[in-house]
Amino acid sequence: MTVTSPALTGPHQHFDAQIRWRTIEIVFWLATLLPFVVTPNYLSLASQIAVTALFALSLDLILGYAGIVSLGHAAFFGFGAYTAGLIAKWGWGEPLSGLVIAGLAAGLLGFVMSFVIARFRHLALIMITLGFGLLLLELANSASWLTGGADGLQGVRMWPLLGLFKFDLYGFVAYWYALIVLFVLFLVARRLTNSPFGLSLRGIRENSVRMRAIGAESRPHIRTIYTISAIMAGVAGAVLTQTTETVSLGVLDFQRSADILVILILGGTGRLYGGLIGAIIYMIARDWFSGVNPQYWYFPIGVLLIAVVLFLPNGILGGIAQLVDTERGRRWFGWLTSPPWRRP
Amino acid sequence: MMTSVFGVLFDGFAYGMLLFLLSVGLSVTLGMMNFVNLAHCTFGMIGGYVTVTLMNNLGWPFLATLPVAFIVAAAISVAFERTMFYRLYRASDLDQCLLTIGLVFVSVAVAAYVYGTIQQPVNLPNYLRGSVHVGGLTLGVYRIFLILFALAVTAALVAALEFTRFGAQVRAAVDNQRMARGLGINVDRAFAITFALGSGLAGLGGALAIDIVGLDPSFALAYLVYVLIVVAVGGLGSIGGTFAAAMLLGISDMAGKYYFPAIGSFLIYLVMISLLMWRPSGIFGRR
Amino acid sequence: MRRAMTGLACLAATLLAATAANAQGTVKIGVVMSYSGQFADPGAQIDNGIKLYMKQNGDTVAGKKIEIIRKDSGGVAPDVAKRLSQEVIVRDGADFLAGYDLTPNALAAADVSAQAKKFMVDMNAATSVITTKSPYMVRTSFTVWQLNEALGTWAYKNGVRKVYTLVSDFGPGHDGEAAFTKGFKDAGGEIIGSARYPVANQDFTAFLQRAKDSNPDGIYIWVPGGPQPAAIGKAIAERGIDKNKVKIMGQGELTSEDALKSMSDAGLGLITAFHYDFNHQSEKNKAFVAAFNAEFKRNPDMFSVGGYDGMHAIYEALKKTGGKTDGDSLIAAVKGMSWESPRGPMTIDPETRDVIQTVYIRRVEKVDGQLVNVEFDKIENVKDPWKARLPK
Repeated sequence: MTVTSPALTGPHQHFDAQIRWRTIEIVFWLATLLPFVVTPNYLSLASQIAVTALFALSLDLILGYAGIVSLGHAAFFGFGAYTAGLIAKWGWGEPLSGLVIAGLAAGLLGFVMSFVIARFRHLALIMITLGFGLLLLELANSASWLTGGADGLQGVRMWPLLGLFKFDLYGFVAYWYALIVLFVLFLVARRLTNSPFGLSLRGIRENSVRMRAIGAESRPHIRTIYTISAIMAGVAGAVLTQTTETVSLGVLDFQRSADILVILILGGTGRLYGGLIGAIIYMIARDWFSGVNPQYWYFPIGVLLIAVVLFLPNGILGGIAQLVDTERGRRWFGWLTSPPWRRP
Repeated sequence: MMTSVFGVLFDGFAYGMLLFLLSVGLSVTLGMMNFVNLAHCTFGMIGGYVTVTLMNNLGWPFLATLPVAFIVAAAISVAFERTMFYRLYRASDLDQCLLTIGLVFVSVAVAAYVYGTIQQPVNLPNYLRGSVHVGGLTLGVYRIFLILFALAVTAALVAALEFTRFGAQVRAAVDNQRMARGLGINVDRAFAITFALGSGLAGLGGALAIDIVGLDPSFALAYLVYVLIVVAVGGLGSIGGTFAAAMLLGISDMAGKYYFPAIGSFLIYLVMISLLMWRPSGIFGRR
Repeated sequence: MRRAMTGLACLAATLLAATAANAQGTVKIGVVMSYSGQFADPGAQIDNGIKLYMKQNGDTVAGKKIEIIRKDSGGVAPDVAKRLSQEVIVRDGADFLAGYDLTPNALAAADVSAQAKKFMVDMNAATSVITTKSPYMVRTSFTVWQLNEALGTWAYKNGVRKVYTLVSDFGPGHDGEAAFTKGFKDAGGEIIGSARYPVANQDFTAFLQRAKDSNPDGIYIWVPGGPQPAAIGKAIAERGIDKNKVKIMGQGELTSEDALKSMSDAGLGLITAFHYDFNHQSEKNKAFVAAFNAEFKRNPDMFSVGGYDGMHAIYEALKKTGGKTDGDSLIAAVKGMSWESPRGPMTIDPETRDVIQTVYIRRVEKVDGQLVNVEFDKIENVKDPWKARLPK
């Protein structure tokens, strides 16, 4: 990037430039509408991909931006999922308010945990997050009078969305719902990361000691982003419960935390879209492979992961970014990575 | 009853020894090479399947299969290391995670394809079955064997580290890699050999574990969590730390189940979280 | 990057191409269960039962060809199972659903069956409440209450007075505990202690020591299939629990074939209640076991017979409806159906659409050098007692 006079590259201009929508982003979000037209029989899968994408996005906020590796993020996903399920089971089946309550509940849990999280780093942090996730799973299993235990929660019945749109068998309403929730929260995340706060998070990830030296306390920032991430993960879990009208212990287990970490790394961390791309590719690949061979689909998935790591370092988006960041790449794809219209 | 306390201690000790064998390799390679090898338990699984194949298909006696399990697991780990892992020594932790998880998935599918999904039975020789009565306690013979065997292995490891030249090189490389290279120590060769040893030990642990925890293709994933817990609590790169952590976790798990069955399953996680909050680098960690 | 793009394009194209139209004269059955993960073996055995039935009876019924569409739910994943059940109907044109090895998955899919009015055959999941969730569902396996309450009553009748119960700490384990306790206490027995072990527990020495220390004359154990039964058997021997003084009783998984292989002589004398064993001495079963071994080189188990009888119910129902596949016709056809299965006689209860069968009480003995479950007592025509007690 060429150095120009301070008036052109001050902090405000920097953020302004970052926040503008690139063509490729507009293309992406328009493409998310394609399933309605092209593959209308796959809307249930599409809505579950949207849920996973939102969950991955929440993990990216703490992993990609603040550098917190969590192996227990499913704790918030599951907490939101069960809260939404319980609210519906106890008679209040209105989706949107249930969603908000579930998100806030997960956020509260995240806030409480953030006090512990902010104090540790490296392997200790990873294992503590893992431990909390597993602890919550055991609690949910023990409290089977509340959660239904291994059989899952029964009696989750949702009212029609906005009083008009019933969650149907084809997943039509489910996908609209999941997609809109994903988009709204994505906008929030985008705004958050392209702000001074987002920049300070990146600073903390790179070198938290130096951040303290320049007067930016890292712990409150970490607590904030952790809480926000928990809210998002909780909302994702709630959407899953509401669109499938079922919730069981699988929303809290290690497999789910591990899967979402794999998905995020696959797509590329710290790029917001990494989680979304990772979710789309991983879940479509898994669905396809297990359809072709239900017994040994682990094999092609494993090969996919190994191939991505060996040939596309820093995830799929990272690999793409490296390819595009060359002279030829900029010529061919520059129009995609810049805003579609010039500033007047 | 005092006897029940000793009984719990004994069983916890045996279980801890198993965890130790499975985890010590990972602790050393993670501490030494900084390579996140989540496929560590795959080598455990390989060792288990080697023993099963030799015993059930070729009729070998149990004890004879153990060295083979060690060697095969070590050999396969060298193959992986030379073809894939070495490329990622400089890569980020997350990339290493992804590669090794991919490897775990592949190994699970291959094991399911070759051996099927059923539980693999292993018929121990009669002198390893049953129990002995010692002063009012009933001690399982296999567990006694496990403890003695693991202690022997530990002694051999510690002796190798303390008293051999190779051991000195390994210790130097763990303490300060750059300095060790600067002194002309072939750090890469030390890495490769240590990695093979660690994976071989995991294979041995996997073979010994069949009688206690069973063997099926999901072994590679299922025990990863416990191994990570032991490694984190013990401190990376420390054999003594891994030993202490495995002991602690094995005993608290056993004690929890005996005295507080209602929260027995929580206890191991609570212990881990408390220990890590108290000593984030592990009990004997370096940093 | 190009590689990823081509890969994605191929994926999309294949997915689109997979939207097959339902050809005339074909009946498609969507089978949803775990083909991978830690529950892969039960899934494989159910599938073997399905395959064997189709091999023996051909793949054409009532003039229509039977096509099986297999979907992997990968373990406990009700959201995935529900989606797969939906998709197999909506996307692949399945006429009805079958499979369902795990309770949460069956419960979630029941919603789909009820909403879409599709016939559903539960070939394994054993929690009593499942069949109440859809009027189009039938079960061909067993229920935990059916087996364990009968065992409890039997225990008292055979001299057991004080029992310590030890069960796995999740739904089916709690069911087993409740069912056995009900049968045992109603008959007059006393439960002197109980414990629940964590689902993923590997080492049972501590729990069994506690059980032994309470001096019962019977220990009731509920354990799911997998590595645990063998571990329990061995731990019982290690603890030195004398099976002549203390009757060790449980549900059939405790003495499954691979558990007995691992336990070896430690398993002698264990008493279990179950609905099927490959050692059952009947002509039909001997033929079944021989054919199963010829095809799959292993013995059938409870999962295989659930799949086998599930296919039988499907075939007979289709014959009765003349090939019609709508939910109402098929469920009406299957109600009250009665036949001789490899397990013994079985009937589909017209009221609950659940299975009525014989519960066998077996003891592990050495026959021709092998450890097998030998049936020495039985209770016939056992209905699911839990549903029988529900207010009408």
